[in-house]
Amino acid sequence: MAAISREEVAHLARLSRLAVTEEELDTFAGQLDVILQAVAQVGEVAAADIPPTSHSVPLTNIFREDVVTPCLTPQEALSGAPDVEDQRFRVPRILTEDVAS
Amino acid sequence: MTTTLPAYDEVVARYEPVIGLETHVELGTNTKMWCGCPTDFGGEPNTRVCPVCLGLPGSLPVANKAAIEAIIRIGLALNCSIAEWCRFARKNYFYPDMPKNFQISQYDEPICVDGYLDVEVNGETVRIEIERVHLEEDTGKTLHVGGATGRIHGATESLVDYNRAGIPLVEIVTKPVTGTGALAPEVAKAYVTELRDVIRTLGVSDVRMEEGSLRCDVNTSLNLPGQEWGTRTETKNVNSLRSVERAVRSEMLRQASVLDAGGRITQETRHFHEDTGDTTPGRSKETATDYRYFPEPDLVPVAPDPAWVAELKAALPELPRVHRRRLQEQWGLSDLDMQSVLNAGAVELIEATVAAGTTPAAARKWWLGELSRRANESGVELADIGATPAQVAELQGLVDAGKLNDKMARTVLEGVVDGEGSPTEIMTSRGLEVVSDTGALTAAVDEAIAANPGIADKIRSGKVAAAGALVGAVMKTTRGQADAKTVRELILERLGVQG
Repeated sequence: MAAISREEVAHLARLSRLAVTEEELDTFAGQLDVILQAVAQVGEVAAADIPPTSHSVPLTNIFREDVVTPCLTPQEALSGAPDVEDQRFRVPRILTEDVAS
Repeated sequence: MTTTLPAYDEVVARYEPVIGLETHVELGTNTKMWCGCPTDFGGEPNTRVCPVCLGLPGSLPVANKAAIEAIIRIGLALNCSIAEWCRFARKNYFYPDMPKNFQISQYDEPICVDGYLDVEVNGETVRIEIERVHLEEDTGKTLHVGGATGRIHGATESLVDYNRAGIPLVEIVTKPVTGTGALAPEVAKAYVTELRDVIRTLGVSDVRMEEGSLRCDVNTSLNLPGQEWGTRTETKNVNSLRSVERAVRSEMLRQASVLDAGGRITQETRHFHEDTGDTTPGRSKETATDYRYFPEPDLVPVAPDPAWVAELKAALPELPRVHRRRLQEQWGLSDLDMQSVLNAGAVELIEATVAAGTTPAAARKWWLGELSRRANESGVELADIGATPAQVAELQGLVDAGKLNDKMARTVLEGVVDGEGSPTEIMTSRGLEVVSDTGALTAAVDEAIAANPGIADKIRSGKVAAAGALVGAVMKTTRGQADAKTVRELILERLGVQG
């Protein structure tokens, strides 16, 4: 059985705002399936005594003191913006979506 | 849509409400959650940004220790367990209010879990169970332009200011609150009020709803007695304590009218409107975004040292509930009187007024009397009425010094609320000072005695009660600007009678 379906790939493409053709869906579904099968093989050898790893280094509690550091100027901050209006990033509207959080 | 809403009494007689509250608190740290940009409110757009909070390639976040400490203190004050180990998670979405296409939040490993907050409503203690308290980053501010209304629907472009992006944001989620019946709206308000007071006491946020440093989403559902919980709606845009109560009530009425008509409730986000007190539908949860949470690879896990947590717990300040009990004793109030002070949102105001030198009784009189009446009339919170504890103390000081009588003090207070200046300034500008110049007052008294020889004789013969008529005459000639008690004493003195 495939590790990822064509429908799941289409769903992910939509979430990622990627315009994927029907042909590409077939290609990517096949390729992603190979990758996921390979990862699944690693999962098979993980025994109960091996905890899942989310970070490659065994560190915790790396904190920063609450001290102000210099900011960019608005000119610097906006220098890479696709478009600027009123010192703000100007972007296309996002249809039918709402603020998260 | 002009459906007639059922009466509230009938709704709570037929249905049982279940409410839940999600509250966001912006922490008052000096700097943002993952970078050293300052967090002050306001500021020119995009002046408090750096490569980290703009999500520029190659930048890496580092957690703000003060924010971690603040959330642990909030968790402890809310009687939560503090996780021994937890991680941040990426919440992925494409809305441009975050520049990196995700928000760093916490998902299945919040730092604080399973707490509670006791609140008082109508003299009863209601325990609100806390599900979780987690840390995330605030988003930028988007302005929608190009549309007719400025709202997102119809807008063609969004303008984004990332000054707020990355400010530490604490999310506090209650478990569903059941069994509150008709009191559900008041319980919701009491919870948010108490939570605000707790957080303010901790000194970790200024918790100002009007500036958005305290924001609240309210979940509401109705069910028939003995049946399963109904479908809930989530009301956003609730921007004042008063609105928390109004939003729950309005949503209960709306849902009841839908259910009464045989309809069913759609699970959706609704927006509260301050002006009408209604909610209107927002995004439907049927198309809810798939956030694809995963552990944040750029941040290491947080494992608070139990010794540090114990230290923070031991150093918690006196919490509002305990503090209130102490004040109640000091002020000599009954439970009922204290409850009315609490309901009016006047505890801190009275406390500050007393601290400025006024007696508890006088402070309570002004805040629960004139000022509460004005606040109710204009539909604002007492704290936002425009009079400060210092001004109330100053006013009472003028009364105590005999410069203002009670009636004049009320007039001056009206002026304070209307922004005319300090009590002393208003007293001067309106020419309201009590006639205390003894010469002028004595002249007025003598005049009254001369004009009413019959009454004067009665008083001389011992009928002291008759002095009232002369007091009235003096008050008339001084156009009410004399202190009645002083006038009375003066009349008796001039007539050689002992009061």
